[in-house]
Amino acid sequence: MPSLAFLPPFASTPLARTEVLTSHQSLLPLTAEGLTFRTGDRVLVDIETLSIGSSGATMILGPNGAGKSLLIQLLHGLIVPTTGRISFGGRPIDTAARKRQAMVFQRPVMLRRSVASNLGFALKAQGVGRAERAERTARLLVEGGFEKVADQPARTLSGGEQQRLAMLRALSTEPELVFLDEPTSSLDPQSTLAIEEMVARAVKRGVKVVMVTHDIGQARRLGHEMIFMHHGRLTEQTPAANFFDQPESAPARDFLAGQILT
Amino acid sequence: MQDFAQALLSALALVITGDGELWAIVLLSLKVSITAVVFAACVGMPLGAALAVSRFRGRRVVTVILNALMGLPPVVVGLFVYLALSASGPLGVLHLLYTPTAMIIAQFILVLPIVATLTRQTVEDLDAEYRLQLRSFGLSRFSSVPTLLWDARISLMTALLAGFGRAIAEVGAVIIVGGNINHVTRVMTTTIALETSKGNLALALALGVVLILIAILVNAAVSALGTASTRGATTGLAHA
Repeated sequence: MPSLAFLPPFASTPLARTEVLTSHQSLLPLTAEGLTFRTGDRVLVDIETLSIGSSGATMILGPNGAGKSLLIQLLHGLIVPTTGRISFGGRPIDTAARKRQAMVFQRPVMLRRSVASNLGFALKAQGVGRAERAERTARLLVEGGFEKVADQPARTLSGGEQQRLAMLRALSTEPELVFLDEPTSSLDPQSTLAIEEMVARAVKRGVKVVMVTHDIGQARRLGHEMIFMHHGRLTEQTPAANFFDQPESAPARDFLAGQILT
Repeated sequence: MQDFAQALLSALALVITGDGELWAIVLLSLKVSITAVVFAACVGMPLGAALAVSRFRGRRVVTVILNALMGLPPVVVGLFVYLALSASGPLGVLHLLYTPTAMIIAQFILVLPIVATLTRQTVEDLDAEYRLQLRSFGLSRFSSVPTLLWDARISLMTALLAGFGRAIAEVGAVIIVGGNINHVTRVMTTTIALETSKGNLALALALGVVLILIAILVNAAVSALGTASTRGATTGLAHA
């Protein structure tokens, strides 16, 4: 198991970019009003109001086709909603706010470059200069346990290693908010554990995590707040303890009871 | 049959002994075609990439037209370039007709759709894979283009080699706009046509041998790059 001591990677040496960003208003709470996403006649996401606060990990649970992944893609600005308004800390998203977010996908998207270049690319996209980029990349490689494969094509890594690299790449830019779209759904238990540890450490460091998962156990282990979705609607948003002890909505109760929702 | 064998031996002798006239023709052919491909790459690659990532009404029509232009008849291209460059044409003042530049222009027009179309297809495939991740990094559709072109560079070399193959083997357009003038615009294909009609089979065959060798080399390179690209799609080795 590689060292995960890289979190928090830069806490002791705050960077100029971070100082600029921390002078901005927080991205949180993340709110959405009247949010819908349609394709043709089908309404895939239909949420009246949603507010995600600043602390801990918010887990989005629900059966297949509930609209979970679409919701975080909408919130992250990857797709444009049909209707509705999304705001970060009371303001609509702008380029600066966008750069303080990151996302990890179910299948890690590795650029056709080396492991080191994949990390460097994320930093370059944030506008980090060449010298600082090289220094931070070198540090991340060591702290993430990738120093021996730094020059290896990222696509030659195993699935678990690729997802760890994707997580490391997302966190390398010191985001305030990270969206995770079922990052462990195709991983073995050991890799899942490594990802969960990275998530837990990021949360401990103060990073807000919004994570989609199918795994009730994972939601219990990591979640501080639960959002349950069914048929594109948000049926419940409650603290984790309440959700698992006394789910409010019938679909959530059925889901937790192991029933198949249709 | 004996004549053919004799002509072939003479041709090989020309190639092996490094006949000055033959190699001057070969060098001019390479110069014209490589220049045309370089210009086509400078225009076609950004054009193809922009088309791959852009979304606008009529995009499909543009794509179909671009695909169709890959099959442009060289003599028709030659005719249009001739009309444009002739004394009474809109570009007649440039006095480019019957110069290597005119031949480069004609070959550029023939190669451009090949480079642009193959670039569009390659970049579109890669964009489908990268799109969400690059948006998440904060890159817009168009600011993603350099990344897409760089990561697809091995596949794009195939597009350039395909374009070069088309240019170097082309005869119809360059003979119209170049005029096949000895030591000025005479390239391999036009010389082969001329020398064959004159019955000078040795030089025609020698040039034919060189042309075939170039075609084999280009196709071998395309094949090798295609294999590397396929391997890279699964392992990333070709793109590291």
